[in-house]
Amino acid sequence: MAQQPPRILIVGAGPAGLRAAELLVAAGCAPILVDEAPRIGGQIYRQPPRVPGFSRAAKELYGSSAERAKDLFVAFDRIRHRIDYRPQSLVYDLIDNRAFIATAGKTSQLEFDALILATGAMDRIVPAPGWTLPGVYSLGGAQIALKHQGCTIGAKVAFVGVGPLLLLTAYQYARAGVTPAAIVLPSRRGALIGAGLPLLGHPSAAARGLRWLLGLRRRGVPILFDHRLERVAGEESVTGIVVKGSGAARKIACDAVALGYGLQSETQLADLAGARFAFDAAQRQWLPLTDGFGRAAGREHLYIAGDGNGILGADAAEARGRLAALALLADSGLEAPGYRPGPDLVAVARWTRLQANLRRAFALPVDLFTALPDDTLLCRCEGVPVGAYRGIAGIMGARELNRAKSYSRVGMGRCQGRLCGHAAAEVLAGTLGVSLDSVGRLRCQPPVKPVTVATIAERQI
Amino acid sequence: MSDGNTGPRLQRVADLDRQLIEISIDGWQLSAMEGDTILVAMLTQRGLLRQKQEVEPAGAGFCLMGACQDCWVWLEDGRRIRACSTYVEAGLRIRTTWPSSLLES
Repeated sequence: MAQQPPRILIVGAGPAGLRAAELLVAAGCAPILVDEAPRIGGQIYRQPPRVPGFSRAAKELYGSSAERAKDLFVAFDRIRHRIDYRPQSLVYDLIDNRAFIATAGKTSQLEFDALILATGAMDRIVPAPGWTLPGVYSLGGAQIALKHQGCTIGAKVAFVGVGPLLLLTAYQYARAGVTPAAIVLPSRRGALIGAGLPLLGHPSAAARGLRWLLGLRRRGVPILFDHRLERVAGEESVTGIVVKGSGAARKIACDAVALGYGLQSETQLADLAGARFAFDAAQRQWLPLTDGFGRAAGREHLYIAGDGNGILGADAAEARGRLAALALLADSGLEAPGYRPGPDLVAVARWTRLQANLRRAFALPVDLFTALPDDTLLCRCEGVPVGAYRGIAGIMGARELNRAKSYSRVGMGRCQGRLCGHAAAEVLAGTLGVSLDSVGRLRCQPPVKPVTVATIAERQI
Repeated sequence: MSDGNTGPRLQRVADLDRQLIEISIDGWQLSAMEGDTILVAMLTQRGLLRQKQEVEPAGAGFCLMGACQDCWVWLEDGRRIRACSTYVEAGLRIRTTWPSSLLES
């Protein structure tokens, strides 16, 4: 007798969530796919609204990834009628096998037998004096403004941080006719070249990086390696940045700043779901502990796919989505017809090596945090400066992030520590003179993002 | 506007051939493009989403992906909405300060 197919919830309709859904549909399942955005694609393949006049072609929106984006959209169109797709919906809490979902201010509740979290990533932020001035945006935000809305965050934008996304977004701005004021990286040029050599094993990635760099150079964009952001200048709005290399500090005029020091995994739902976490020294982040397929430790029938489980990028996310779906099927006693995981496992291993090289090239100098002046805002939600937080460690004896949070409110605000959490951990560890892992990790509290009291009030527990 | 607001912040560089719709900000009529987020509709014409108030600093958003919660604005009926992930609709009436007139009614 045919067994009842498991009720499967997938959170996130980016590359990982979509490929997971596709394989599950092929195996005869009908997953529920919940996503915050109005259209599929995740942040990486974010689509403009479905409104006449948004006319850019995929090539213009996604560059060299255009074919991958189109493939993904086609795959979704094929399974659309077989799944329960819920856009503009936020899974804000998980209790046992129930998910609480806010859609347009209303809560719905659904039960699942298996859960795939494909929650993606967002920018890692390092604060600097003036970083809360209007006109400073996250790097990912700067890219979304362009992809999703056909806008740039300013007329003269400085890009500050590390990582491939920094160069890519600056290059996309330059091609859109908004030539960046400067690109400022703490990384040493030599380290980049050193780490670039192993990238020759990934010719397409190396060629892409080179094309961005040369494209920026050709347009006369200053690329300042081994430079730090001293402060963002301006009274009521950004008027420039002050940067410092080996010589004297100097000011660069700009009307906007894109800030992003690599990516960090969105792990809040994994935490609520009961995943066990382990500290990843290379990514300097606590991540859900999983096997090579994304099967989580700490809870059965929980799978974590894509960049929500450590940053490997969008191409790897597609593979990791399928692998998580395969693990889910196997655990439910089901087959994945026609799918052999070998190539995806090989691809993930390749992307893992690539990312390790990239991380070496773009390593964050730890003194970025120890050098922060005391009056720099650490937590923008609650208005807590770095000095006050350092004081918590010294005076009140907080040696762990959650204790420090209850003393200082850092990590307690509306962003739930997404912007300040990493910096807080680095500052606390730096102040105490201990390793980053020993200050622990911020526990997630529901709701994972703000919802109104009215939305929560109507749910039944 | 005399609220410490600067000129337009965001620049439109693509997808300009869209239908115009009318919205209002603090009672001022202005045009937005269909498909704009509220954040884009406002910041392509002014510098701030929210004015500085007693405890809150001025705001123009930060992450643009619904994570930082820095882009809340008010509607005239008192509802708070996230400007980066809410789209404009014709007739939308936005406030850059908390609509204290609600207390009087």
